[in-house]
Amino acid sequence: MRAIYHFLRRDNVAAIIFVLPFVIGLVAFLLVPMAMSFYYSLTRFNILRPPEFIGLDNYRRMLQDVRLRDSMQATFYFVFVSVPLRLAFALGIAMLLFKSTKMMGIYRAMYYLPSLLGGSVAVAILWRRMFFVTGTFNSILDVFGLNRNFPWLGDVRTAIWTLILLAVWQFGSAMLIFLAGLKQIPDSYYEAASIDGAGKSRQFFRITLPLITPTIFFNLIMQTIGGFLTFNSAFIITEGGPLGSTNFFALYMFNHTFAWSNAGYAAALAWFMLLLLAILASILFITKRFWVYEGGFS
Amino acid sequence: MSIQNASQVLKRRRQRQFAWGIAKHIIVLIIGFIMIYPLIWMLMSSLKPSDIIFHDPGLIPRELYFQNYITGWRGIGGRWTFTNFFWNSFFYAGTATIGAVLSSSMIAYSFSRGQYRGRKALFAIMIGTLLLPGQVLMVPTYLWFHWLGWVGTYIPLILPAFFGAAFFIFLITNFMNAIPKELDEAAKIDGCSFYGIYVRIIMPLSVPALITAALFSFIWRWDDFLGPLLYIQGSTERFPVSLALRVFADATTITDWGAFFAMSTLSLLPAVLIFIFFQRYLVEGISTSGLKG
Repeated sequence: MRAIYHFLRRDNVAAIIFVLPFVIGLVAFLLVPMAMSFYYSLTRFNILRPPEFIGLDNYRRMLQDVRLRDSMQATFYFVFVSVPLRLAFALGIAMLLFKSTKMMGIYRAMYYLPSLLGGSVAVAILWRRMFFVTGTFNSILDVFGLNRNFPWLGDVRTAIWTLILLAVWQFGSAMLIFLAGLKQIPDSYYEAASIDGAGKSRQFFRITLPLITPTIFFNLIMQTIGGFLTFNSAFIITEGGPLGSTNFFALYMFNHTFAWSNAGYAAALAWFMLLLLAILASILFITKRFWVYEGGFS
Repeated sequence: MSIQNASQVLKRRRQRQFAWGIAKHIIVLIIGFIMIYPLIWMLMSSLKPSDIIFHDPGLIPRELYFQNYITGWRGIGGRWTFTNFFWNSFFYAGTATIGAVLSSSMIAYSFSRGQYRGRKALFAIMIGTLLLPGQVLMVPTYLWFHWLGWVGTYIPLILPAFFGAAFFIFLITNFMNAIPKELDEAAKIDGCSFYGIYVRIIMPLSVPALITAALFSFIWRWDDFLGPLLYIQGSTERFPVSLALRVFADATTITDWGAFFAMSTLSLLPAVLIFIFFQRYLVEGISTSGLKG
């Protein structure tokens, strides 16, 4: 007994006991599921009956899957439009809010609350109702004399834009990260620049923008990954339609698993997505040294 | 003469700066109002009778119509009220949050103060899991819990939280690294063990980081939709608010939007209250570690 007690009291033993939950969780909820997922990707599997090994057929099938191609197209369109717009708004508003101290509480509530609440089911359904033919958006247009009773959710061209708008609307948390980044730039840089006669816009492009690139990089990586995984809004607001124009990758995968009982194919899709995200992230990391400032501030 | 000129130039510049300052505030307020408009519209609509919500051009209700809250609360199919759903959400978000904060703080303590081989490697793996999309694991994890017979219960949603959440481990480790090591050493000389230092020194000093983690954990779990959709879908009585709202909307689409907006407003209330009372912790968490809100 005493020996066990002394063993457990040793510092490095205690430290390992404290990290054990992480290791167990890593194995049970990450490594094992990953291995299983890879195996399933090589099988025909409908969840109810045992999987049947079919080699690389699922991966071959992806090459000819027209709906996958459309889904990828919709996802890329969504990510490449909504992420830059969201970051632009976040940085723009952060620049406006920067240094305004008195009203900060109110401003923060106005700009950050959408980001805090925007992922909820309540807001998703609100969004859907707002863009109905008889919804709030059309009645606002009506006030300006623009109403055509346009079915925003029912048109292939506009449905995805309602989701983009919802995503861009949630720029608040990226904005707060930018605000923290802006605070780190020493005032003396701006003072020196203005003594040298640099105007506001020159200061922005020569000082602010280059020095904020690490924050832009961080936001870009996180938002891009988050964007590729968008599920809730497509599932609730547009249900992937019309004509698959908002059938985002995560939704397509979900449907293969649970609606169409193609869990094997869905597992292959998951690995395809992982590979894709890894490639995208590596591209970002490789280009990093060409545009991200990595020095400190003196 | 030249001094007078210079003071005039300064004065004009100050005036221009003042005007720009006012203009800036107006711009920020207008954009801010557009930003918050959908949420205000929902709140106002929850106080109007359903038949005038989409016909009433004004934003402010003529009289406050609280009936929506009463009819909405009756819930789905007359059998399950929102008392059920709110209780389920509180239970789910509460227990998962306790588990995540407790385990993450222990793991963070080990990463911050432990001395053992493989610590740095484990920490790097932990950072890696931050970028790993959870959907990759959706199918096998689901089957894993299906095999254990836990589908239809909250166990698959709550249990994993007790094994640490990477974002919170990262946040709390950073915070603990900033606590001076001299404090541990002093306590050690006084006879404190590794456990004692955790309970008496590190835990109490990292309360701000723990609060930040707890608030985010609670809000995320409260909003979680995909998790309950996978595991709870079968049993209406166990629905959290997020799932209940969607079913409620499908069941009452044509008839009762007022009641739906009333329940939606209530569903957003916990996050809004957290924002109002603990704003500092949320802002701190986002700006120091990039937690997405």
